[in-house]
Amino acid sequence: MRSLISINNLSKTYASGFKALKGVNLDIRQGEILALLGPNGAGKTTLISIVCGIVNPSQGSVTVDGHDIVSDYRLTRAMIGLVPQELTTEAFETVWDTVTFSRGLFGKKADPAHIEKVLGDLSLWDKRDSQIMELSGGMKRRLLIAKALSHEPRILFLDEPTAGVDVELRKDMWRLIRDLRHSGVTIILTTHYIDEAEEIADRVGVINKGEIILVEEKAELMRKMGRKRLTLELLEKISSVPSKLQPYNLDLVADGGQLIYTYDTQTDRTGITSLLGELHAAGIRFRDLSTTQSSLEEIFVDLVREPE
Amino acid sequence: MNVHAIKAIYLFEMARTWRTLFQSVVSPVISTSLYFVVFGSAIGSRITDIEGVGYGSFIVPGLIMLTLMTQSISNASFGIYFPKFIGSIFELLSAPVSSFEIVLGYVGAAATKSIILGLIILATASLFVPLQFAHPAWMFLFLVLTALTFSLFGFIIGILAKNFEQLQIIPLLIVTPLVFLGGSFYSIDMLPPFWQNVTLFNPVVYLISGFRWSFYEISDVSVEVSLAMITVFLAMCMTTVWWIFKTGYKVKK
Ligand SMILES: Nc1ncnc2c1ncn2[C@@H]1O[C@H](COP(=O)(O)OP(=O)(O)OP(=O)(O)O)[C@@H](O)[C@H]1O
Ligand SMILES: [Mg+2]
Repeated sequence: MRSLISINNLSKTYASGFKALKGVNLDIRQGEILALLGPNGAGKTTLISIVCGIVNPSQGSVTVDGHDIVSDYRLTRAMIGLVPQELTTEAFETVWDTVTFSRGLFGKKADPAHIEKVLGDLSLWDKRDSQIMELSGGMKRRLLIAKALSHEPRILFLDEPTAGVDVELRKDMWRLIRDLRHSGVTIILTTHYIDEAEEIADRVGVINKGEIILVEEKAELMRKMGRKRLTLELLEKISSVPSKLQPYNLDLVADGGQLIYTYDTQTDRTGITSLLGELHAAGIRFRDLSTTQSSLEEIFVDLVREPE
Repeated sequence: MNVHAIKAIYLFEMARTWRTLFQSVVSPVISTSLYFVVFGSAIGSRITDIEGVGYGSFIVPGLIMLTLMTQSISNASFGIYFPKFIGSIFELLSAPVSSFEIVLGYVGAAATKSIILGLIILATASLFVPLQFAHPAWMFLFLVLTALTFSLFGFIIGILAKNFEQLQIIPLLIVTPLVFLGGSFYSIDMLPPFWQNVTLFNPVVYLISGFRWSFYEISDVSVEVSLAMITVFLAMCMTTVWWIFKTGYKVKK
């Protein structure tokens, strides 16, 4: 797939001297949903802010559809919609006015029909004449999305779109994001919720301390990094693992009623067949078995954990 | 040029103006009326005509300028400070607009509002004292140039201000004294020679003098000098704004 946004060796040192980004390289593909995961202070917002023109880069470059974000800012910014992390809106303006304003600001001719559609999609149509300060937090977040979509961007940045949002609205949000992707919008979102990335992303990027430590297809990531656990429910409890089975590093749990074998799906040989053979030879019988794959969450925790 | 953006900013700011028009109009109208009562009638009756113009009429251009300057500064500084304060400025920074377009939108709206207020004061004044309009076109030119210059000045304050106090203090500390010492209520000729010279360093003198000339054809300095000076101030403010945006000072991180 074609790369729509290219981030090359991007660094940011804030005025305080703090290095928030350290030589980030990242390609974002046309039409994908990319989830950026990372702990607090990892540099997610900084990265997004630079691409959108809110923060000046200290080093490196970013191109959007082949255009440089600094020298061709008019072209690149017109393509991008941004939903910020903080709920920053005016207070006294009406919903309709502020969304109309956003469209104009991004250089698009007034189009009430489009604004109506966007407000409808975000269940804000009833609130169109309300002042922004009369909205609830969740409504404000939707309003910020409406503003970002008002100028029909090809790229949408969502900085923690579901922070402080209830379960229902979160699902709505995911649906909306999928619909947008379906209509051809490229979406980059940041999140702390692994299940969110797992749910909607095509690719996952993990950023920590200003460095991208991994970018992978979500499925690939889970396959590659994922360890599987084989749980064997024993017919009869055993007191210890027979010495012949030592090489498998089995865990004996549930009072000797379960054996757990952890294996890597990446290797050619998982060792399951031979393990089962050895068990048979040792006379250990089991009545059931199951496998579970580790979630992105476990992978993620592994990745950003401080080296001891 | 992103014309839609300029229009969007301008209309958005003007919407704020209409929403708050009543507050914006009431206080200058009341204070102007008070000036007329106090200076025009009570004190003015004891002051002889200045170059053939009654004192009440004489102070009208200065009063309008006072409103024009303070309003331009407060409108423009607030207009840009507020989004900065609440954080909604992110949208402006992420939009495909040049700093020139941003300035045009904000300063244009702030200047429009203060011109409207200036005209309202003029109408109020006409209820109290006889007025003359010797050069209406010049009058309007001074009105527009002053509104633009001080709106730009306000815009600069709004961008540099770190808190609401700073937003208020500059108009209070600098503009009000300059206007009061700028010949709003007297002719420079009435001062001792030393102070006449000091006054010439006050930019507001040139504005009021030129503006007053467009009413009554009397002035402290020639109208060409007035025009030249205001153009210089305008250029200075423009350069400062350009510099601020060029360096990204205080706006972008
Ligand atoms: N204006 C600033 N001046 C100095 N340091 C800053 C500034 N903005 C952010 N930082 C620092 O840069 C680092 C990255 O911040 P950033 O907001 O990009 O993190 P984040 O990944 O978005 O975190 P979160 O998940 O909490 O939103 C943090 O350590 C933060 O303190
Ligand atoms: Mg953040």
